[in-house]
This record gives sequence, structure tokens and C-alpha cells, in this order.
Amino acid sequence: MNKKDNIKTDPVKEQIFGSEIEPEESFIEKLKNIISQNRLAFFSLIVIILIILCAIFADIVCVYNPYTQSLKDRLLAPSFAHPLGTDELGRDTLTRVIYGARISLTIGLIPTFISMTIGTVLGLIAGYFGGKIDFAIMRLADIMLAFPSLLLAMVVMYTMGGGLINIFIALSLVNWASTSRVVRSETLSLSKKEYVEAAKSMGVNNATIIFRHILPNCIPTLVVLFTLSIPSAILSESSLSFLGVGAQPPTASWGLMVVSAKKYLFTQPVLVLAPAIAIMIVVLAFNFLGDGLRDVLDPYLKEQ
Amino acid sequence: MERDIAPFLNGDFLEAELFKNILKRVLVSIPVLIGVVLIIFIMLRVVPGDPVTTMLGEHVNQTVIDKISKEMGLDKPLYMQFFTYISHAIRGDFGTSYRLNRNVTGIILDAFPNTVRLAICAAIVSWIVGIVAGIFAAVNKNNILDRLFMGSALLGVSMPVFMVALVLQYLFAYKLKIFPVSGYESAAAMVLPSIVLGWNSAGSIARMTRSNILEVMQEDYIRTARAKGLLEFAVMKSHALKNAMLPVVTMMALQISSMLSGAVITENIFGIPGIGRLAVNAIETRDMPLLQGTVIFTTILVILGNLIADSLYSILDPRIRKEI
Repeated sequence: MNKKDNIKTDPVKEQIFGSEIEPEESFIEKLKNIISQNRLAFFSLIVIILIILCAIFADIVCVYNPYTQSLKDRLLAPSFAHPLGTDELGRDTLTRVIYGARISLTIGLIPTFISMTIGTVLGLIAGYFGGKIDFAIMRLADIMLAFPSLLLAMVVMYTMGGGLINIFIALSLVNWASTSRVVRSETLSLSKKEYVEAAKSMGVNNATIIFRHILPNCIPTLVVLFTLSIPSAILSESSLSFLGVGAQPPTASWGLMVVSAKKYLFTQPVLVLAPAIAIMIVVLAFNFLGDGLRDVLDPYLKEQ
Repeated sequence: MERDIAPFLNGDFLEAELFKNILKRVLVSIPVLIGVVLIIFIMLRVVPGDPVTTMLGEHVNQTVIDKISKEMGLDKPLYMQFFTYISHAIRGDFGTSYRLNRNVTGIILDAFPNTVRLAICAAIVSWIVGIVAGIFAAVNKNNILDRLFMGSALLGVSMPVFMVALVLQYLFAYKLKIFPVSGYESAAAMVLPSIVLGWNSAGSIARMTRSNILEVMQEDYIRTARAKGLLEFAVMKSHALKNAMLPVVTMMALQISSMLSGAVITENIFGIPGIGRLAVNAIETRDMPLLQGTVIFTTILVILGNLIADSLYSILDPRIRKEI
């Protein structure tokens, strides 16, 4: 069958340009193209979806309970019953790695979302209104960016004590500054666009301009930034937990699992490697996906 | 900028302009620095519980607590404490550690050389590995070598620091017994920590070097150089690399921040008594002045790093001098 028959062509365009113009690609065609150009990103997306499904249905997927200790089964080598062996308290490692995905993914998604929302709002305000507000927000961002992020998160954890909820707060507070800078510069260039000028001259109020005309144009950049910020949040959580100022035992967090298995590095390396490789896979997948999304959504960032 | 006549002005003017820009940068960092101290100060003051009780333990006489609070100036209002802290900090006094009963500045300066040594070794590792891998990848664009190098660069960025550390410890210290498991005194002991800390930065430097070289290769002056009949190696060496390395140089200075974050973990794994170890110890023993001192000290280093990066960039690249 002829390809052209399949696809609906625009009758007006055809009248103007004759039948020589290429028919527009359908959505599925476009999707196929995008996927074939970014196979790695697509593969990563599938891996991420699988991990998310595992994390959500951990209760069904896992045979064991991640917190039930069984001292007679401690430090078992990998076997059919325990594919990744058991830890020093007889808990099944595979089960704990799967439950750990819950923590790492929530840490990766929620605090990143919160900090990006804060950053976006501040960036929009700074870029749109300019002047003193802009100056104040950007100097605050400068200050936040001057801190080594891990140390700042450690200070927040010192103040509030360890625990998952506090990691949420720490990571939400720490990482907004870079987003606000990016959004600000996007806003600055978008506010000079004709349609924003037009809206202003028609007397549309500022909030509507920001949310109708400017924010939607920032979304592609934000999606890319979001995907690429998830891995660093996951790494921060595991580092904090590894240093003992993050999640507290017996939580099945990957960073915590690595640190408690560190003693057995030389006798049973799988205990250390399993959670560490899990972190690596998730981080790599999000990095690949982010790179792919950037190529598709934001050719400008790609040039940079 | 409006100064379009700049190219016609003499060199002295540009020098003065450069100096003025650097001075402006220095002046801008001062309020940032004060902001940093203020934020850390406030964050650490909202800790629940009385610091003196934390320091001495629960079962101490109230009069003793009051006396020590007064000695340490903790009975004064918060803003007074802040101004005292700032004025002492300017003179290089960050207070006294609760646990070690020593001047925080002294403790930090004892630990600092170890961190610096680690960071310098790590920086050398990451520059050499990163730049060489980046050049190789760019020259062999899109073939198997490029994929291999860029794949491992992304792996470098994606691996948690502690994972690299533990894997290297397992392989080289335990299985092959080439390097010691921990320690910091001998040169051999520094090898593993330097690789661990340099690993992440090597990945990002490689990625940046590659993309910069590829970008520079599109420029007109490269085409001119090739048209002159220069060998590809000479084009690369004297035309492409020089220009492609500019942003990489700045990036190196900017990486001080992530290096210091990474040093916290590396030092804790390899038992190096540097600043990162100090910060973690301060949290574990709830030693507030020590934590405050280490964080402020590291942040000053980061700000200095950024300052150097900006100045270096404008010194190295005359094209952007007037734009800063």
C-alpha cells in the first residue's frame, strides 16, 4: 500500500503547494523515529518502569519480609532460596534491595519535585519582575550554590536528626538554586517575545502571563532538568545514609545496606555489591533517559 | 554591551578592565560569604536542646550550665552572638570545639593539609584521565572507541563514590594486595583514595572535553588551518585544543565543590583525617562549633574556587573580557 494513502494530508496545504509536499508524519511514526534515534533512552525508560513496578508491588514480588531477622540463616551465600544471599541478621538481600527501590525512587522523585517547584516559582518571579526581587532571589541562589550540597544536607540532618522524612526536607531545601537560575534565564528571554508583549499590552495580568505564556514554554527544559536531577538526589540519599546521617536502621535503604555490609566486604562482597549496583543501575537509567529527553525536547540544551 | 569600540582601544585599557572585573567579582562574593555564615549560623541554632546540656550530659547542675553558657556567650541574644561570631571569624577564630576543647581553627588547619593532598592527587587523576579520554573520544567520533570512553565516563558519573571505593578496596587491597586498605601517610596509600575521588570528575571532564573539541572543530579557523595544509595532529594540538580547553579549565575550578563533597565520603572510607572526616565526626559527637567551622571553611574554599574560575576564564579568553 502506498504510504501517502495511509496518512491524512492537509487539504489546504495541498491546494497551495500541490501534491508534491511530504505528508506530515503521524504521531506513531514520529514516536517510532524518536525511539529508533534514542534506543538507549527508550531502554532506560523500560528499566525504570520495571523498577517502579517492582517497588510498588514489592509485597507481591518478594517471598520474604525485608525486616524479619533469622539469625540461624545469617550471612548465607547466594543460593536458590536466597538468590543474593542473606545479611548479617539473616534477612534476604534481594528482598531488601527490592524494598530499597521504594525508598530510593521516592527520594529521587518527591524531594526533586519539591525543590524544582520552589526553584521554578522563584526563577519565574526573578526573571519576570526583575529589579530588586530578582537581585535578592539570585543572591540567595548564589549563597545556596556556594555550599557543597552534601555538607549542607548534612547540616540540615544535624539540626533535624536522621530519618527519611528529614532527608526529604533536607534535599528539598538544598537543591532549588540551580533550577531557579535556569528558569530565570528562560523567563528573561521569553518575556521579550512578541506574544508576551502582546498579552501585556492587552492588559492581561502578570499571573496569567506567567502561568499561561511563560511557564508552559519552560516545561521541556524542566522535564529534562527533573530527569537529570533525580540521580543526584538518589546519590545524595545513599551518601547521607552511608555516612550515618540519613536513613536509620533497620530501614532497607541502599546506602544503609552498603554501610552495614561494609564489614563483610572481604568475606561476602555480594552484600555490598547488590545495593551498590542497584543504585548504579537506577542512576544510569535516569541519566540515559535525561540525555535522550534532552535530545528530543530541547535542542537548545543539546547545543550547550 | 554598549562598548563596541573596545577592540580599538589599547591593551592597557583592557588590562584595567580585567582588573576592575576581578575586583567586582571579589566584592560580590563578600555578601555571599556573609549570607553563608548567616544561614549556617541560623540552621545550627534551631537545633532542639540546649548546647551546654548536649556538651556536658544530662545530669549536670543548673548553676554549672548557666555559668558555662555565660562563658560561651550563649546567654546573649542571637543577633549579638552572630556579630560576635562574624567578628571573631574575620580574625580567623571559629570558636572552641565542644568535644575536643580546642580552637576550631587549629583543628581545621591540622586536617586541611590531608584534604588538600587528597584533592590535588584526585584532581591530577581526573584531569589526566578525563582530558585524554575526552580527546580520544572526540578524535574517534562515533566509533567504538568513542562509545567505549563515553560509556565509561557516564558510568563514572553514575557510580556512587562509596561504591567505587569499596570495589577498588576489594580488588586492589584485598585480592591483589597492591595497595593498603586505608591510611594516608605513604604514597601507595594515597593511590586508591585519589582514584576514587577523581573518578567522578574524570567522567564529567571527559564529556565536556569531547563536546568542546567537537564544537571547536566546526569553527572557521580550524578549516583555515586545515586548508593551510597542517597535519591533523598539529591542527588538534595548536588550534583546537587550546580553544576547547578554556571551558574545561573553568570547570576544574568549579569542581572544587563536588570534590569537597566527595572527599567527605572518601576520607571516611579510607580513614584519612581530613576536613570531611571532621565534619562527620562533628555530627556524630554533636559538636556544633566544629561542624559550623568546617562547613563555613569548605564553603569559603568553594567561593574562592568560583572566583578563580571566573578570573581565569577572563584572563585566558580575551574575547569575553569585556562581557563579564
